[in-house]
Amino acid sequence: MPIVLVEDLRKSFGSLEVLKGISLSVERGQVVALLGRSGSGKSTLLRCLNGLETISSGRIEIGGHVMSYAPAALRALRKDVGIVFQSFNLFPHLSAAENVMLAPRVVKKTPKREARELAMEMLGKVGLIDKADVYPDQLSGGQQQRVAIARSLAMQPRVMLFDEVTSALDPELTGEVLNVMERLAAEGMTMLLVTHEMEFARRVATTTVFMYKGLVHETGSSKELFGRPSTSEFRQFLGVTSD
Amino acid sequence: MIRPFGSDEILFLFEAARWTSVLSLAALALGGLFGLAVALARVSVSNVLRTAASGYITVVQGIPVLILLFLAYYGLSTMGFDLPPLIAASLSLGIYASGYLGDIWRGAIESVALQQWEASASLALTRGQQYRYVIIPQSVRIALPPTVGFLVQLIKNTSIVSIVGVVELTRAGQLVNNATFEPFPVFLSVAAIYFIICYPLSLIARRLEAQFNAYRAG
Repeated sequence: MPIVLVEDLRKSFGSLEVLKGISLSVERGQVVALLGRSGSGKSTLLRCLNGLETISSGRIEIGGHVMSYAPAALRALRKDVGIVFQSFNLFPHLSAAENVMLAPRVVKKTPKREARELAMEMLGKVGLIDKADVYPDQLSGGQQQRVAIARSLAMQPRVMLFDEVTSALDPELTGEVLNVMERLAAEGMTMLLVTHEMEFARRVATTTVFMYKGLVHETGSSKELFGRPSTSEFRQFLGVTSD
Repeated sequence: MIRPFGSDEILFLFEAARWTSVLSLAALALGGLFGLAVALARVSVSNVLRTAASGYITVVQGIPVLILLFLAYYGLSTMGFDLPPLIAASLSLGIYASGYLGDIWRGAIESVALQQWEASASLALTRGQQYRYVIIPQSVRIALPPTVGFLVQLIKNTSIVSIVGVVELTRAGQLVNNATFEPFPVFLSVAAIYFIICYPLSLIARRLEAQFNAYRAG
């Protein structure tokens, strides 16, 4: 049974239709790279998957929840679907550990000591135990993004969404974030990522989805897709980005 | 009979200054409570609440605090609510404060980046939890300097309640002046006492601001 199921999803902003009938199915443990030019709708699709954008029509099932915008149902869904953003969005008034602890404490009512242990475990996963008591502004972009990943993992999600998480980083800092994501993939986490890191998509993603003008244009195993792109648009896209 | 302006008179001024403090605190408590409600209503998802709060702010800011005082003291008494001067004064100053604090705090809440809402919503926090743990703590730092600045205004504006017969610092100054006819020493003393009350507030505000800014030290 797929852990993410999207059926004929449409999304418009005003009169502009951004997603024009997307269908997608992801199995547990799959790593799906969403590729496409800017404006192809890939980030919008990702944001629809945890309800940050409401859909115009269609159906989403994710992490065992059917998408519904009733506040309680949406919260239940979000407990199981983590997201990491391009701009990190750490809480600047909280230390790294407090950022990670907040949701477990407040949403899951985990006792403080347990939450702190959990936070340290998660910060360990992203290699930042020594930064536990440091505030976000004193961390590099790469470190902030790793804390953001730890913060999301602390809720023990079934699916993780990554929205261009390395796009705001200097090239020398993208590696440390991608390494964390690769390890996460190796542990079996189900992941959907919008990315411009072609090499990472080809190597780490099990499946690649190429989006074009609001539709899934080409999809399949990353190996096949990168080896033998079947549409001229995807060939062109690969050509352009590998320059 | 004209008396000299001596230590008894100074003492009298300081005692009256207590009422200035009481009035200020009452107005701050009332204004803070209403103001928070107004600020939250102003940024709520409900259209009706937003419009109502915005209307309230516009009306309160558009009325002189003296008129609010007259409405609370004289106006309400014609309707059968004979409020003691101190209560009427606290009420009107509280309403006045809520109109400004509500607006200051609305601005502070709105200045927190949209992404903070998205990040906390994505972690399954309720709207109340988002406010409590993410949005308000960040707004406080932004709101603090203008809030204390307004508080200083509020303290000085308590002087208008002398008109309805509350013997606070300004009224006490008038009484002492009537008895001594030494306006310069009397009102300079009054001014000095206002300064003594207000200046530490500015200092506290500066210290708090530095504290809240500590996490940006890096």
